[in-house]
Amino acid sequence: MESYELTLKQTIKKIKSGELLPSELTKDYIERIKSVEGDIDALNETEFDSALKKAKDMDEKIKSGKAGALAGVPYILKDNMCTKGLKTTCSSRILGDFVPPYNATVVDKLAEADAVLLAKANMDEFAMGSSTENSAFKKTNNPFDFSRVPGGSSGGSAAAVASKQAAFALGSDTGGSIRQPASYCGVVGMKPTYGVVSRYGLVAFASSLDQIGPLTKTVEDSAIVLNAIAGHDKKDSTSISAEFSDFTEGLDKDIKGMKIGVPKEYFGVGLDSEVKASIDKAIKTFEELGAAVEETSLPTFDYALSAYYIISSAEATSNLSRYDGVKYGYRADEFEDIVDLYKQTRTEGFGDEVKRRIMLGNYVLSSGYYDAYYLKAQKIRTLIKQDFDNLFEKYDLILSPTAPSVAFKAGEKEDPMAMYMIDIYTVPINIAGLPAISIPSGLNTEGMPIGLQLIGKPLSEKTILNAGHRFEQARGDFPLPKL
Amino acid sequence: MQDIDLSRQGETFLCRSFSKGVKTMKYETVVGLEVHVELSTNTKIFCSCANEFGGEPNTHACPICTGMPGVLPVLNEKVVEYAAKAGLALNCEIANFSKMDRKGYYYPDLPKAYQISQFDLPICNNGYVMINTDGKEKKIRILRIHMEEDAGKLLHEGTLGSKVDYNRCGVPLIEIVTEPDLRSADEAKDFLDTLKAAMEYVGVSDCKMEEGSLRCDVNVSVRPLGSEKLGTRCEMKNVNSFSAAYKAIKYEAQRQIELLEDGEEIVQQTRRWDDEKGKTFAMRGKEEAHDYRYFPDPDLVPVVLTDEQIEGYRKSLPELASAKKGRYIEELGLSEYDAGVLTSSKYIADYFETALKEYDKPKKLANWVMGDLLRILKDEGILPENMQSNPKLMVEAMKLVDDGVVNVTVGKNVFEEAFRTNKKPEQIVEEKGLKQISDTGELEKMIKELIAENPKPAEDYRAGNKKALTFYVGQIMKATKGKANPKIVNEIIIKEIEG
Repeated sequence: MESYELTLKQTIKKIKSGELLPSELTKDYIERIKSVEGDIDALNETEFDSALKKAKDMDEKIKSGKAGALAGVPYILKDNMCTKGLKTTCSSRILGDFVPPYNATVVDKLAEADAVLLAKANMDEFAMGSSTENSAFKKTNNPFDFSRVPGGSSGGSAAAVASKQAAFALGSDTGGSIRQPASYCGVVGMKPTYGVVSRYGLVAFASSLDQIGPLTKTVEDSAIVLNAIAGHDKKDSTSISAEFSDFTEGLDKDIKGMKIGVPKEYFGVGLDSEVKASIDKAIKTFEELGAAVEETSLPTFDYALSAYYIISSAEATSNLSRYDGVKYGYRADEFEDIVDLYKQTRTEGFGDEVKRRIMLGNYVLSSGYYDAYYLKAQKIRTLIKQDFDNLFEKYDLILSPTAPSVAFKAGEKEDPMAMYMIDIYTVPINIAGLPAISIPSGLNTEGMPIGLQLIGKPLSEKTILNAGHRFEQARGDFPLPKL
Repeated sequence: MQDIDLSRQGETFLCRSFSKGVKTMKYETVVGLEVHVELSTNTKIFCSCANEFGGEPNTHACPICTGMPGVLPVLNEKVVEYAAKAGLALNCEIANFSKMDRKGYYYPDLPKAYQISQFDLPICNNGYVMINTDGKEKKIRILRIHMEEDAGKLLHEGTLGSKVDYNRCGVPLIEIVTEPDLRSADEAKDFLDTLKAAMEYVGVSDCKMEEGSLRCDVNVSVRPLGSEKLGTRCEMKNVNSFSAAYKAIKYEAQRQIELLEDGEEIVQQTRRWDDEKGKTFAMRGKEEAHDYRYFPDPDLVPVVLTDEQIEGYRKSLPELASAKKGRYIEELGLSEYDAGVLTSSKYIADYFETALKEYDKPKKLANWVMGDLLRILKDEGILPENMQSNPKLMVEAMKLVDDGVVNVTVGKNVFEEAFRTNKKPEQIVEEKGLKQISDTGELEKMIKELIAENPKPAEDYRAGNKKALTFYVGQIMKATKGKANPKIVNEIIIKEIEG
């Protein structure tokens, strides 16, 4: 078996035992990237030289027995997490040459765990989109069918894991940007509870919704990555100050008697019948595992998407206002005065979808409209949280499809609203700040992967991982495409 | 303590229209202030950069100061404490729950293109300050105090365009907003002086005017005297000193009155104060006013203060001006006027109290501080907050006088020199040979000779003109270069004349 076929858990075991040298593993992944990346186009920038150097150091460190939990494991980072001395572009022209003088906290944490950064992955510009088609640099292809999108916005990260270009990847999830591409690419994607992973150094899209999480081949691998990246960070005021116990503990626990609610709103108009069939089958699997699954309701579900686009756009317009051509990043060549500098720089530097959100955000925050939009959306946010709180008094987990359909053809969704509708099942979770995971539940008749979403109450990552892991065991192997 | 020399004028303006034969109308000026005070915390409001004035451009600026992608602000707890203490000193209610908001606008000195400030839930509300203008006590209400970050500075250099210095980005500020309770430039000046003193007492700001630690926006409107309704106001920006505030209010009120008198309407505007020209210029009208698109900053958590914390801040407040003034009157037996002057600045009060520890004659000390120290500061153009001199120098000079080593006049000169040179008074007396002559034998000889040479004043004295003595005293002081003990000189002269 090729080393890039291994799960993260298997990889770590082989490295720790000395069976696999980090430098050999890194070379294998570099070769793999060279052979498949031409078809997938998942990466913005590769860091092979520094990766090999670090891997060689790890060869030695492993022998000393002092190596970190992810020693010598190559990984890929979504290109919106800052890397000191390495370009961090957010797949935007406006940050096309931006090199941060600091690391994101997750990057520091993974460095402490001795993981090896291989590359920065493509994404929708500033994480705005659901297909990675909004990248200013390149289109990424779905490893299951190159004519289809990988989902988004962490499409590069998901496609990279699905095409076995790294042992794991990090993505960020503002309204489904880890889970939906995971679902489209047949991998596991987890969005932790808001505040579990530090946002320091994650280039902000919508600060109150953004959360970093892993994309992996298995649920257990996600737990391993979470161990490395979770934790309070004094540099992020919104990070939760709690000690987290080992996320890999109790994965095998029996889920007999676990109560799972399935909100009927998740099975309304727009849900593809094959996706529904796959989720129904997954529900049966859970029942066979002894869980008590029953239909329930999330009454505010219908308002979530609107509230999400108001809140996220409002925050985005503010977060992105700093890209003005004055301090760093792209600056227009020709301008008349300072106002013209702003206009030309931003006109040339941002793509259409980003501009659309900036305009939407400015509109909902402008005086006279604030109460009708932003304030109302915040009220809806409170109601959605309450809805989930109510459900979690009765249920341990909520189960749903991750997305209404499988990955679509590139260029198929030209209407922004059609694209926004794809997020309908994932955004309520971000609005409520909850943890959720997407796990492949099966393939449709065209051979495209379908994702199952498990949602938990705040800080119930271990319950989600436990149920997800048991489901995965019962489901059996989920082969990724042979490329 | 401000350098305002304009003569005080009444708070009402007579219109000039009686020349047109119309009934004379009196106007009242209404002023509201927004005062920005830089807090003197060690580090900035949202990062660990040193909160220091000056430095080479962009040497006190980190990725957080410069708004780089992905960085996050973390609120400095000291800023919350200082803001709350400032509020307590101004009799405010301190909020148990307040939050930080983003105020959005584009300007090159504002790296994030939003300023983190407080919008609808500021940390302090509903306070007041008592001012005393021309002997009249008046309460000026404080609407609110909020915390915010300062912006950088634009440096305009030659033809190559402007450059930005981000050192000041993230310097913690509080903005103190008054109700429109002030009725004249004089009241505004008194308010600002009182406010500055209060901030100095609490120790939350060094209030260095020349470093821009205290700046204000001034809102001015006028209305017919007796009218209840507020006139249309204009806000003046770029008012960078108290004297500028004073002049700007006078100018703007007069400008508005003249408009009204000419039958024109006041347009609500933001105007820029040009200190050199002494005029205000329109910047933007109501229609062009910025829409700041305020919303809660999602990167920061709400500021929660428990009643216990607030009580703790209250207990840790030092003795403030009004309490100190009362104590000076009660315990030290000073007059209300003297106590008021001494406590008008924390730095003067500190000086007085340090000296008092080693010189237990409050009234005498107060005279020296008020008469001599304040005069020297004024002559030298030194603000009390920048005064470096050790109060011990004054005490030593006073003791030299008490011990009869020098006379009062020489003593005061010695103090002044000690203040300027930082030399010990004793050393100055020694070096300059200023010890007063109390050797009666020598003085007797001099006086005898003087009277013999100039018998006329002695005759006048005997004839009942007691003042005639001053001639001899003056001559002796002159001859001894002021070193003679005037008391002894007097005694000897009388003895000699009366025989």
